[in-house]
Amino acid sequence: MIAPNTNRTNESMSNTETLKITDLHVAVEGKPILCGASLTLRRGETHALMGPNGSGKSTLGLAVMGHPAYEVTSGSVELDGVDLLELDPDERARAGVFMAFQRPMAIPGVKMADFLRHATTNVRQPDRKEGEELIPMREFRKELRGKMEQLKIDPEFARRYVNDGFSGGEMKRAEILQLAMLQPKFAILDETDSGLDADAVKLASASIAEIRGGEMGILIITHHERLLEHNRPDVTHVMLGGRIVETGGPELAEELHRDGFDRVRADHPKAAAQEAELEKLQKEEAVG
Amino acid sequence: MTETAVQTGFNQDAFDAFLAARDEPAWLSDLRRAAWEKFLELPMPSRQDEEWMRTDIRLFRLDRFGFPAEAEASQLDQAEEGLLRQGVEVGGHTVAVDSRPLASELSDRLREQGVLFGALDELVREHGDLLRPHLLARAVDPFQDKFAALHAACWSGGTLLYVPRGVEVEEPLHQLSLLSAGGVELGHTLVVLEEGASATLLAESASLDPEAAGLHCGAIELLVGPRATLRYVNLQNWGTGVWHFAHQKALVDQDANLQWTIGVLGSRLAKVNQHVALVGTGARAQVNGVMFSEGRQHLSYHTLQHHEAPHCTSDLLYKGALQDDSRIVWRGMIKVDPGAQKTDGYQRNDSLILNREARADSIPGLEIEADDVRCTHGATTGRVDDEQIFYCRTRGMTRNEAVRMIVAGFFQQVSDRIPIESVRVALGEAIARRIREYE
Repeated sequence: MIAPNTNRTNESMSNTETLKITDLHVAVEGKPILCGASLTLRRGETHALMGPNGSGKSTLGLAVMGHPAYEVTSGSVELDGVDLLELDPDERARAGVFMAFQRPMAIPGVKMADFLRHATTNVRQPDRKEGEELIPMREFRKELRGKMEQLKIDPEFARRYVNDGFSGGEMKRAEILQLAMLQPKFAILDETDSGLDADAVKLASASIAEIRGGEMGILIITHHERLLEHNRPDVTHVMLGGRIVETGGPELAEELHRDGFDRVRADHPKAAAQEAELEKLQKEEAVG
Repeated sequence: MTETAVQTGFNQDAFDAFLAARDEPAWLSDLRRAAWEKFLELPMPSRQDEEWMRTDIRLFRLDRFGFPAEAEASQLDQAEEGLLRQGVEVGGHTVAVDSRPLASELSDRLREQGVLFGALDELVREHGDLLRPHLLARAVDPFQDKFAALHAACWSGGTLLYVPRGVEVEEPLHQLSLLSAGGVELGHTLVVLEEGASATLLAESASLDPEAAGLHCGAIELLVGPRATLRYVNLQNWGTGVWHFAHQKALVDQDANLQWTIGVLGSRLAKVNQHVALVGTGARAQVNGVMFSEGRQHLSYHTLQHHEAPHCTSDLLYKGALQDDSRIVWRGMIKVDPGAQKTDGYQRNDSLILNREARADSIPGLEIEADDVRCTHGATTGRVDDEQIFYCRTRGMTRNEAVRMIVAGFFQQVSDRIPIESVRVALGEAIARRIREYE
């Protein structure tokens, strides 16, 4: 169904350098939320994932990362040909996938620097066992300071507790810093622009472009055009009612920003009906 | 039921023999006899007593225990160094097994300055007149309950730290109390800091057999004189078969400073009264508690911050993490006497529950009879959050690494208040070792 219209990576690499999601179905507490999502992201590519609220965009990300509440009922997710669904969330991270969370969790009492030193060591040394040496403190601090300088992040950040008492903007900056340190093969950025003012989005957008270089494949979940400013999508996916209903080029993202999702709903009545159904379920849940 | 009279090891004959062999000042023998009478007279506490409502000791059989036996030389070989001494240059050190002093050291320099440090029951023979006004006279009430009376009558070994007026002891002193399998520990700790003195005492307890039964019935008295500064750390790390009953009380005099840190990791059941009395104008006390319970442990701590004088500050922070079927009871009270104006009192207890079966009871209280005071309290109980664990795992950490990190973070706030690195490290590592693998 999906054939990204890009020639930036050659065909021979496509099996080993892709994050390939095929016909993914996901349920939460037995209720279907994703009803067949497919996309193939190659390293070096930028994909935008757009869609109205509740269409399943975050669910896709969380299911790829292995959130225990998101049950994959059918379909597959492969990273460089490896079945990700067989791996624990930490093994997925060590294999090279990353997600910047829309609402990252606070870990009170754990300093950003300590958290990141642990995370960075594990991701760089995927075979490391608990209790084995971490990256030497001095070496790590130097690298972290460099990255923070590059991203224009206040050095004080390293001493603060992970996301504890952070403003919305600070949380997003912290997620970007983690992306920079962990250098995954593939990154899912879930509304990394929400809650930011115009200047902050601009900075975030530029930072992401700088961090990824030409190597990282990124899937940007967004409502805003500005995050895509420095990260022009090679491919745009539109999600509706738990399905990816359209895939196009950058012009599709521009159209959706300009005109919204009415045309998409009209063109895909089945998915639109599913959207209405899911909304109803959610409302009932909220009431019940 | 048959009429077999159960012979307690703590019986009259045993007590008379114990007393006859002690060669102590007459005032101390008199005190022991009076406490013994009280012990015989008082009933065992029961759940009808308000303080024991949440602590069930029906399975505790005092008749299984008796006066501590002579320590054998072989036990010294097994004696560990302890956790708190790692990497610390100490000014003195004592070790006891089952209340029997085994070794005691004090640097010559401190000795020359008039510092006394070592086994209390040895030092009290030589320095009876000096200690008489302090020992079980000002702080701990020897007649408060059956355990207090038993302790006051039968204590042996123990630890004395006496620092004369104006002497500042830089190097920490270290005390290690050990229990043998089935052993009894009745050690009494007496710390006396005269005016303007300062010292740090690192005390810890452990069992030679981590699962064997044992009894600790103890008392701690910290007497901090005017403008004196005491840092006292007590790590309770008994084995999981040990019954632990203790009365602990500090008196903090005018403009004196007390920092009292307790680490609570061990025992089958602990019932402790920790009482800080601010008795002189401008006294300050900080109380830190780090607790970790597991298995079927029951840890019950009753704390009292008693403001008897004006312009005093007390700040208590207890943090406890619980796993398995364990239970922690904390009941805290800030009491402010009518004259204690300008009191600044704070108490907080946070609990972190690692699995569903564990239970934390947190009962803060205020009793204020002065009108110009600031007293606040708080208590929280939380669980390790699956979303936090998932977030850490998406950053490459295993589930266990995530749980350890979250628990370490939970204790960070109290750890930040402990200025002695060996204590922070020992507590952190001991807790990390205890956290089980969860799935």
